[in-house]
Amino acid sequence: MLEKAFSGSKRYWSWVIFLLVLIGIGFGSYLYQLNKGLAVTGMSRDVSWGLYIGQFTFFVGVAASAVMVVLPYYLHNVKEFGRITVFGEFLAIAAVTMCLLFIIVDLGKPMRLFNVLIYATPHSIMFWDMIVLNGYLLLNILIGWNVLEAERNAVAPPKWVKKLVYVSIPWAVSIHTVTAFLISGLPGRHYWLTSIMAARFLASAFAAGPALLIILSLIVKKFTKFNPGETAIKKLALIVTYATIISIFFVILEFFTAFYSNIPSHMHSLEYLFAGLEGHSNMVPFMWMFAVLAVIAMVLLINPGTRNKENTLLIACIAVFVSMMLEKGLGLIIGGFIPNAFEKVTEYAPTLPELLITLGVWAIGAFILTILYKVAVSVKEEVRA
Amino acid sequence: MKISRRGFIKLTGAGALGLGLLPVKNVLAGDHSNVTSDGKRWAMVVDSRKCGECNDCIVACHKTHNVPEIDNKEEEIKWLWKEKYEHAFPSQKHDFVDEDLKKRPFMMLCNHCDNPACVRVCPTQATFKRKSDGIVMMDYHRCIGCRYCMAGCPYGARSFNFNDPRPFIEEINKTYPTRTKGVVEKCNFCAERLAKGSLPACVEACPNNALIFGDLNDPDSEVRKVLREHYTIQRKPDLGTRPSVYYIV
Repeated sequence: MLEKAFSGSKRYWSWVIFLLVLIGIGFGSYLYQLNKGLAVTGMSRDVSWGLYIGQFTFFVGVAASAVMVVLPYYLHNVKEFGRITVFGEFLAIAAVTMCLLFIIVDLGKPMRLFNVLIYATPHSIMFWDMIVLNGYLLLNILIGWNVLEAERNAVAPPKWVKKLVYVSIPWAVSIHTVTAFLISGLPGRHYWLTSIMAARFLASAFAAGPALLIILSLIVKKFTKFNPGETAIKKLALIVTYATIISIFFVILEFFTAFYSNIPSHMHSLEYLFAGLEGHSNMVPFMWMFAVLAVIAMVLLINPGTRNKENTLLIACIAVFVSMMLEKGLGLIIGGFIPNAFEKVTEYAPTLPELLITLGVWAIGAFILTILYKVAVSVKEEVRA
Repeated sequence: MKISRRGFIKLTGAGALGLGLLPVKNVLAGDHSNVTSDGKRWAMVVDSRKCGECNDCIVACHKTHNVPEIDNKEEEIKWLWKEKYEHAFPSQKHDFVDEDLKKRPFMMLCNHCDNPACVRVCPTQATFKRKSDGIVMMDYHRCIGCRYCMAGCPYGARSFNFNDPRPFIEEINKTYPTRTKGVVEKCNFCAERLAKGSLPACVEACPNNALIFGDLNDPDSEVRKVLREHYTIQRKPDLGTRPSVYYIV
């Protein structure tokens, strides 16, 4: 089926070349980082994780796009999702690949990456995260590709594929849970040390993943002859609505515990993020942007009039995606390091090479997504022709 | 209560699974303490009353271990350094701490915890607690530079080589390795000197004998004697890491 990716319109090829250029820029910046060390990033002794790890945690969430269409389709027989399950799965493939790349670009010694396998250490959550992420990647490749191929040949997918589908559903829960465990079990990181972290990860994932899937479905609808179906998008929109509300609710819960208990160490990070601490306020505009976008998204999503209209739904989904990225992909990770172990504030801001590398990883994600979606759309157009 | 054969088997299975999870719990959340073992457990008592203006201990430590001197605070490497009381013991500060304590420097170093969070999180065992004497060590050749240990350590004891450290070392001590960019490092309680029967460099360098070093598992050791006779505190003892560094205030 891959041959479908090699023929396309002028617009398709210009988009692919555009992405390849971005990947090239990102790769060049990475070589620069590899040569100079992570000193070229904005990270420091105090804020030792930054944009890379933030983006990693966020894109683990985006991978939830798959389970949110697969679960209703296979377990609840929601037929409308049958047309787009493969799009959810292919988005998950791109997202998980991005996660793995964000981890690799964050390593000080990437050439020693396989030490994680050679010296497998089960008491490290990172070991389990490696297992669940790679497992999820493999599951989605196998399931997505085989189901699409079966559709092309107008036969039912092989039986083992369906078994893998059932495995993939709890597996999807595991990637968010384990990634949350990565940060929620560390003594002395008060902002992260909250048992609701895994639940927050699941909720924000179920909002951001399907939100991006809606955006992509609308793009597919606009630029190809394949229509993902209005009812499918409407149902997805409902999922995004509930997940966004729950996600924001969980953030509010964190505020209550911190500020009603009035324990300084529990309040500090939130104060830093939303109001600034000891005169440091780099993150404040971003966190308020998150808050404003989240409110806009909720207003547009809760109101059925705007949720069911394509234009306003698109705005709502972009608002969900961007707000979740600011909260989880930036504030959550940086907030955990500020203030530091000595209750001092060292701020963080990504540097240009760091941003270009991030852009490069994004471009790789978009490239994989483009190729896979091109194949899927071509097959679906062919089947329906 | 009626129970079917099928239901019984299900329940038994679930129960057995629960038992099967017990070793997992021990791995993930077990107490890795060896305080009662026959081995040594090296520890340090910092007598902050005796600590003066000099930096002799820091200079000795950093020279011995080829710790680079990087001016940029964000990327600096430090094994041993000074903090004020309010930063060293943030949960024990209050508005009316006496002037002497406010001014007094407190020496910060790796706590060589008996239950180290950094060791728990490291995905390659590049940082590990040595069974024979409880020192938390680093294998610079295995570290992948993921900095998970830095997120895990509640004491800010770890530094990452954002740069190639070698150009920042004034005079290289050929008896101890230098590091490369991209790995984490920290105080090793002078494991290399202990192996030869010497005291840690900082302890030896201190002109006021403010640093006392010894074996916690030996009731007759110098540290145990000092601990018996003085009121001492630890950094963040509530986190359950069981630090091996104590402070006389």
